Amino acid sequence: MKKGVMRPGHVQLRVLNLESALAHYRDLLGLIEMDRDEQGRVYLKAWTEVDKFSVVLREADQPGMDFMGFKVIDEDCLNRLTQDLLNYGCLIETIPAGELKGCGRRVRFQAPSGHFFELYADKEYTGKWGLEEINPEAWPRNLKGMRAVRFDHCLLYGDELQATYALFTEVLGFYLAEQVVDDNGTRIAQFLSLSTKAHDVAFIQHTEKGRFHHASFFLETWEDVLRAADLISMTDTSIDIGPTRHGLTHGKTIYFFDPSGNRNEVFCGGDYNYQDHKPVTWLAKDLGKAIFYHDRVLNERFLTVLT
Amino acid sequence: MNRAGYEIRETVSGQTFRCLPDQSVLSAMEQQGKRCVPVGCRGGGCGLCKVRVLSGTYQCHKMSCNHVPPEAAKQGLALACQLFPQTDLSIECLRRQGPGDHNNKNQQEVSS
Repeated sequence: MKKGVMRPGHVQLRVLNLESALAHYRDLLGLIEMDRDEQGRVYLKAWTEVDKFSVVLREADQPGMDFMGFKVIDEDCLNRLTQDLLNYGCLIETIPAGELKGCGRRVRFQAPSGHFFELYADKEYTGKWGLEEINPEAWPRNLKGMRAVRFDHCLLYGDELQATYALFTEVLGFYLAEQVVDDNGTRIAQFLSLSTKAHDVAFIQHTEKGRFHHASFFLETWEDVLRAADLISMTDTSIDIGPTRHGLTHGKTIYFFDPSGNRNEVFCGGDYNYQDHKPVTWLAKDLGKAIFYHDRVLNERFLTVLT
Repeated sequence: MNRAGYEIRETVSGQTFRCLPDQSVLSAMEQQGKRCVPVGCRGGGCGLCKVRVLSGTYQCHKMSCNHVPPEAAKQGLALACQLFPQTDLSIECLRRQGPGDHNNKNQQEVSS
């Protein structure tokens, strides 16, 4: 958080059908529907999140990610980072407060990978869902489905990884937590963090810009991941792979798809970092084990199925 | 519609399987253990299961316009996961299977 960028705040996803997407994110993942707007977008959050929303669904004729937003510590920081982005040569767009309901002014830029990101300082503080502010109970009793704890990170596919790395580390204050390097020492995957988490956003080298691999949601325990897998079967939801463990981050995971083909992950556990930790490195020749630690082989979908 | 459903013939592999009218071609293929079309997201989003319908009538549910623009759809392109037959169909898989997918539990062929 060296530059005042605090944490992932939201992701806006395009879906082919809003109602089936809502059934997926609300009833299966267990996100809470918080609001809708005149554009027809639906706002959701996971129950431990303190701000009003973290997932926005927008109906469109092509699935994928519109943008991912990061919250910064305050308005001064937002102004400073805006100037830093401009000085770095980024084109920026300012989106007025209220364009997303309950969210303050957003500063949007495109990373060299082709993805759009935005920074904001303010969002309506609604508190953890279903709990009292004082003497909160352990968890609310009326959660649905997988009972996702929080929106955790996105994995994005695009090119120009090195330039993206430079932007995220030098301007935005992320650090490299984990990486995959090829025989020439070129980084083909970079897991970037703002915190002690193994990743707040991750990028994998891909020939096309701006592709979406998955949005990930945190669960507490391995038992919760198995229960999520049960729910995926009960609802006949399209599964990708798992439950299994990643080599990278060592998180325990399952990948599946929303009804429009956007990949989701729910996971638990995983590595932590402090500032004195060196980046964890995996070799590209062992990419199968790095991604799927038990199978030790990639499924074709990991590299090809994107929105 | 003899036996259950319509006959789907994939011309590159020569494989055939049956598909009910309310079942997607990809889902029927997976259920019968065939692998002639690669399986991706199953949601009309990723484009992996793109096919050309060579003959027969069918309906399509919503597909990503990035992979099947409306003009292409009129010319018989479709994503098998969103393709529902109304007669027997002849389809051509447009993506060749990649290597290294032997470990994919969800695509393993069942010998019958």
